[in-house]
Amino acid sequence: MCTMIVKKAQISGSGKGTQGWFKLSQVNVSYDHPFHAPLDHALNIDFVNEGEGPGARVAVELDAESARRLVRSIEAALDQGKEYH
Amino acid sequence: MYTTDMYEGMLAETITIQGHNGDSINAYFARPLGPGQFPGVVLVHHMPGWDEWYKEATRKFAHHGYTAICPNLYYRDGHGTPEDVAAMIRGAGGVSDDQVVGDMAAGRDYLRNLPYANGKVGIIGTCSGGRQTFLVACRSTGFDAAVDCWGGRVVMSKDELTSKQPVAPIDYTKDLSCPLLGLFGEDDQSPPPDQVAQHEEELKKHGKNYEFHMYPNAGHGFFYYDRPMYRQEQAVDGWQKVFAFFGKHLGPSA
Repeated sequence: MCTMIVKKAQISGSGKGTQGWFKLSQVNVSYDHPFHAPLDHALNIDFVNEGEGPGARVAVELDAESARRLVRSIEAALDQGKEYH
Repeated sequence: MYTTDMYEGMLAETITIQGHNGDSINAYFARPLGPGQFPGVVLVHHMPGWDEWYKEATRKFAHHGYTAICPNLYYRDGHGTPEDVAAMIRGAGGVSDDQVVGDMAAGRDYLRNLPYANGKVGIIGTCSGGRQTFLVACRSTGFDAAVDCWGGRVVMSKDELTSKQPVAPIDYTKDLSCPLLGLFGEDDQSPPPDQVAQHEEELKKHGKNYEFHMYPNAGHGFFYYDRPMYRQEQAVDGWQKVFAFFGKHLGPSA
């Protein structure tokens, strides 16, 4: 990938990969070439647990507008569910 | 030139070489069978990984009469599918330029020391591998030709420099040690045409032997037949330019 734009955050939760559920420790968010989405560049999200190797990964590749809709949906759901946090 | 009455054969396999710092890494190696004094080509795989496209490209060079090797730049970081490993490296900000230079020098030496080598070795890479190809051709000697295919971030702002990539490759231009071919697309955003022009000015300034081709109606990665950026006409012409360039500078393929 050529932009090398990547943002990382420590997270806690679970993800379901090719081998089933695993604990998540980090999310890597990049804006770079995707592997599968038919786009030159995409917003790529990798939910990972590096302690379990490269295969512990749940991947999403979105076009920019879809990614922004996702962000708004997450924020809205979090706001609505505030009393349950 | 190949004709249909000629014998044709190839060996392609994973091998182990001693890369940067003497580390053992794996590499994909392909060579023609039959008699020859073969020129060699080192391939610098792109950021999406040591993947099927790069192994096909390695075999393509063997098909055209070259010994070819593609070192796995991600070997040290764990194993999984090429995509999973590449995603991990993407998250880690790529590999260090120093490591790439060392690993590619190891690939060069492997090819040069083969008993059926003609002594000439070129280097080629696409995408991040294009950037690294130029970097290697500047920071090491012993390559006889280099092909940078749409390598982005040859020109880097100070903000883009990291501990792994501490110097913009353009700043090494004066040290370029072999002829350079560059293939680019007008619609590319990385590198954009203005950065390619800036690179070209630097090459001119230092009197380097180079040829750049800027393709219209092409963006980034126009060789990749499995991606939407593929451009058939430009890709066919680009491959012809690659083989003509290597044929000129590495000697005839057997």
